[in-house]
Amino acid sequence: MSEFLHMGGYAFYVWTSYGLALAILLWQLLAPLRQHRQLLARLRRKYRQSSQAGNKS
Amino acid sequence: MWSFFHRLASPKHFYAFAGRLIPWLGWITLLLMLAGLYTGLFVAPTDYQQGESYRIIFVHVPAAWMSMFVYMVMAISGGIGLVWKMKMADIVAASAAPIGAAFTFLALVTGSLWGKPMWGTWWIWDARLTSELILLFLYLGFIALGSAIEDKRTAANACAVLALVGLVNIPIIHYSVEWWNTLHQGSTVTRFDRPAMATSMLIPLLIMFLAYKIYFFLVLFMRTRAEILDRERNTGWVKQLVTEAS
Repeated sequence: MSEFLHMGGYAFYVWTSYGLALAILLWQLLAPLRQHRQLLARLRRKYRQSSQAGNKS
Repeated sequence: MWSFFHRLASPKHFYAFAGRLIPWLGWITLLLMLAGLYTGLFVAPTDYQQGESYRIIFVHVPAAWMSMFVYMVMAISGGIGLVWKMKMADIVAASAAPIGAAFTFLALVTGSLWGKPMWGTWWIWDARLTSELILLFLYLGFIALGSAIEDKRTAANACAVLALVGLVNIPIIHYSVEWWNTLHQGSTVTRFDRPAMATSMLIPLLIMFLAYKIYFFLVLFMRTRAEILDRERNTGWVKQLVTEAS
């Protein structure tokens, strides 16, 4: 196992590459999820406000 | 067949269609990534020249391929939006840009991490590396231009022109290792004769490539769905969708 992690002396380069790939791919995946959720919440508020304003007038 | 594509041009139908595909794409991406990591890290043998450091190619080369593929998707859909005034094409082009930029950045950094132990330098201004860096600037320029112009229609047109002009960079990146004398190695996979690479190393590379590609469509569809909701927020169907979901 430690030999595997050692990567023949290239551990820093190999694991930084794989770690960075994972981090970037995950970030790209989670960003639109969060954006979508926030947008839905914002639109829900917006529609509720406009329907309340409509009821008053 | 044609009516299927025709319907996809409507943001409402695209939203529903993409929503149905996303879970499938997610699971396929996960399985392919795990298979690629397993074969790449455990099954593929040590390279006799580069030792274990060559394993970086399994995350580097697919990222570099995707950086060019995503650019073509972006430029072509931008061009379709420019010529046929198709809203969905603009949305796809705008959604692809950040993903392409991320792939390009990943390709550059992992390339650097491979270059340091193999070439003895993090960076060199050779044709392949420089043209890939220009690709990153094209993506960033596209994103900046799109967010600088208020009107969506004008922004999409300006971005499409930029993307189409920048398209000239794609063959330059691809052929840079043949046209110029560069430090970057030549192509080992896309050659006319068979790939100059052991099958046990080629298989994880191709699996990872497929994983990156499916992943791209997964994230693209997620981004387009959010973008559709945002742009269509004043339409009846979005209002119905949002209020019914709550």
